[in-house]
Amino acid sequence: MTVIVDYGVGNLFSLSCSLAAIGETGVVSSSKELLARADRIILPGVGAFADAMEKLTSSGLSESVCAAAARGVPLLGICLGMQLLFETSFEYGTHPGLKLIEGCVKSIPVPETLKIPHMGWNALSFGKEKHPLFRYVSEGEYVYFVHSYAAADCEKALIAQTEYGVPVTAAVAKKNVLGCQFHPEKSGAAGLDILKAFCEFRKGDL
Amino acid sequence: MITKRIIPCLDVRDGRVVKGTNFEGLKEIASPVELAKHYSACGADELVFYDITASAEGRDLFTDVLRKTAENVFIPLTVGGGIRDLDDFDRVLKCGADKVSVNSGAIRDPSLIGRAAKRYGDQCVVLSVDAKRIGGKYRVFAKGGREDTGLDALDWIRRGIDAGAGEIVLNSIDTDGVKRGFDLEMLRAVTEVSSVPVIASGGAGSIRDFITLFQTLPRVDAGLAASIFHYGEVSIAELKREMQKNEIPVRIVKE
Repeated sequence: MTVIVDYGVGNLFSLSCSLAAIGETGVVSSSKELLARADRIILPGVGAFADAMEKLTSSGLSESVCAAAARGVPLLGICLGMQLLFETSFEYGTHPGLKLIEGCVKSIPVPETLKIPHMGWNALSFGKEKHPLFRYVSEGEYVYFVHSYAAADCEKALIAQTEYGVPVTAAVAKKNVLGCQFHPEKSGAAGLDILKAFCEFRKGDL
Repeated sequence: MITKRIIPCLDVRDGRVVKGTNFEGLKEIASPVELAKHYSACGADELVFYDITASAEGRDLFTDVLRKTAENVFIPLTVGGGIRDLDDFDRVLKCGADKVSVNSGAIRDPSLIGRAAKRYGDQCVVLSVDAKRIGGKYRVFAKGGREDTGLDALDWIRRGIDAGAGEIVLNSIDTDGVKRGFDLEMLRAVTEVSSVPVIASGGAGSIRDFITLFQTLPRVDAGLAASIFHYGEVSIAELKREMQKNEIPVRIVKE
């Protein structure tokens, strides 16, 4: 069972439909008890970093998520959910994150000719070694992005980049803690293949 | 590199897809859910669902269609038509929409753009503008192109972006349904004032029209069309192959 953490941020309907489409039992929940029993956890999120972090902390769900991560439960942050995994965000001020992965979140330093947000389909490049999260997709696969901020100073955890005038962090992993900046639930067949790979991870695999 | 997007638009009335020419003479086509699945498999980068229902029953049928589409299609979905307040945003976002397009509702109450952007984020709010040439200027029309609002289109777009619109759909009434190509002149003017993505709509009749659009106006991000896709006059897979041949950045889907 994969638990999609419901902490009052964003639309979880598509995400739960995408899990159903790959045959995975996905439960949208804000129950700490359920998080303690989850085989895998997805941390979604859209909107502003500070708001999301506040909701996650005040509900006590941040502790449940971090405790599960410490137990080795595979955790996937998506979009803002990935950004929350880092130490600090510089979106409208300086805000602490969950500190599960070293690095920070900054605005994308795009050349002036490019528009912000970075919105649309862009290609993934994996570097030297392909992470098992991408075992069903190929180098150069297109996925859907919508964001104005991106993870930086996270070289050790970097598993995929995309290019938007500058290299942009597309996915990260530190052991069982993973994150993707793009929306796999909105990235067509390629996105479902990435979710399928994630849903095959078990505690202790990574 | 980010790709140019191809977006089929499905006008939905009473749970069925329709498309008119110059906004009149509506004709029914097909099941929106099936059509959406087909387009996604062919490589559509996004879908727009436009609710042209007036009745409450029709509205329920629409949200039902939307929910069934979101269960089966995993590309971004934009919903427009009859969006008047934040409750309408809520209603369609809960059923699987990713972005919501406002048109007449924002003209009636311009604060809607800012309020929606604040609650759901800029990326969620699409400002859709129907514009027409009047005395050498571009004028905004409301109610499906029937009512001259007196607003200057470029001013209106600037205001919308300042208020938080994350994307602009420019539909030229002058070229809509004519199938002789997008309104490059009007689109150029819009790209010059827009700091957010611009989606071109109205006038595409052939693959060539899309190639011309993206080659002439590199600041246009996407091309939207309806009937030429619905009637099979332009195949999305073929269109994208031609874009690739012409070195326009495009996402090709494996079949």
